[in-house]
Amino acid sequence: MAEFLAMGGYAGYVWPAYGVTAVVLIANLLLPLRRRRHLLRQLRAIARQRIHDGPL
Amino acid sequence: MSEPQTDDSLSSARRGPWRAAFHRLGSPPFFYRLSGRLLPWFGILCALAFATGLYGGLVLAPTDYQQGESYRIIYIHVPAAWMSMLVYVVLAITGGIGLIWRLKLAEVVARASAPIGASYTFLALLTGSLWGKPMWGTWWVWDARLTSELILLFLYLGYMALQAAIDDRRTAARAGAVLALVGVVNLPIIHYSVEWWNTLHQGPTVTKFDQPSIALSMLVPLLLMALAFKLHYVVSLLARVRGEILDSERRTAWVEKLLMES
Repeated sequence: MAEFLAMGGYAGYVWPAYGVTAVVLIANLLLPLRRRRHLLRQLRAIARQRIHDGPL
Repeated sequence: MSEPQTDDSLSSARRGPWRAAFHRLGSPPFFYRLSGRLLPWFGILCALAFATGLYGGLVLAPTDYQQGESYRIIYIHVPAAWMSMLVYVVLAITGGIGLIWRLKLAEVVARASAPIGASYTFLALLTGSLWGKPMWGTWWVWDARLTSELILLFLYLGYMALQAAIDDRRTAARAGAVLALVGVVNLPIIHYSVEWWNTLHQGPTVTKFDQPSIALSMLVPLLLMALAFKLHYVVSLLARVRGEILDSERRTAWVEKLLMES
């Protein structure tokens, strides 16, 4: 395991490359999901408000 | 807002099934529902491809006789670089479709693709830099391959800045499409740069007409990682497009119905 992590002496290059890639790829997936959830909540609140206020 | 949809699909159905299917796919409520159903499956496939690709690349693949373990950066560097160009092709094509046929979904796909493509380009540059330092002794050189890839990043950022600067989305989409189409000239420059100019960057390993100069045990994980990146693009694109659709269609009857259902 330690040998695997050492990457033949290139750990300082290999793991940062994989680490940043993981962060960027996961952020690409999570940000739009969070944005859509936020938007749905917001739109639902507006819709509820309109039902509460009655038709114009 | 949603009534013309039904008229549209009826009239297009008379024009032929292919055209009808095309129109249906282009309809925001249909695409929103379809993508919602497909998204988890693409997510599972993406996770599987990453798991097998990473295991193959980091554990099973042998050490390179010249570059030692540092070459393992290839498993993210090359897929990211391929995707940086593929997403740009998507950006230009959907931009062109939006320009010619005014298809709203094409415009949304282009708009949603830009930040994803920019992030792949950033990763290609960063992982290349982290690979270049131990192998070439430098983080960066102003050679043709690296410079043209950096220009690709600026094209993406320019496209995104343009989208952010123009309030009207349809105008922004048209302006962005023109930029994206002009920028296409950069793609062959990136691809052939290692053959046209002297460079530190190694020549193509996989995309050659003769045998790829890479062992099968190294090539298979690379192709799995390339597949994983493609699926990652599909999943992030669908997720973004769904958000964009919901936002731009917020005043339509189908979104209101959707809000009532859930």
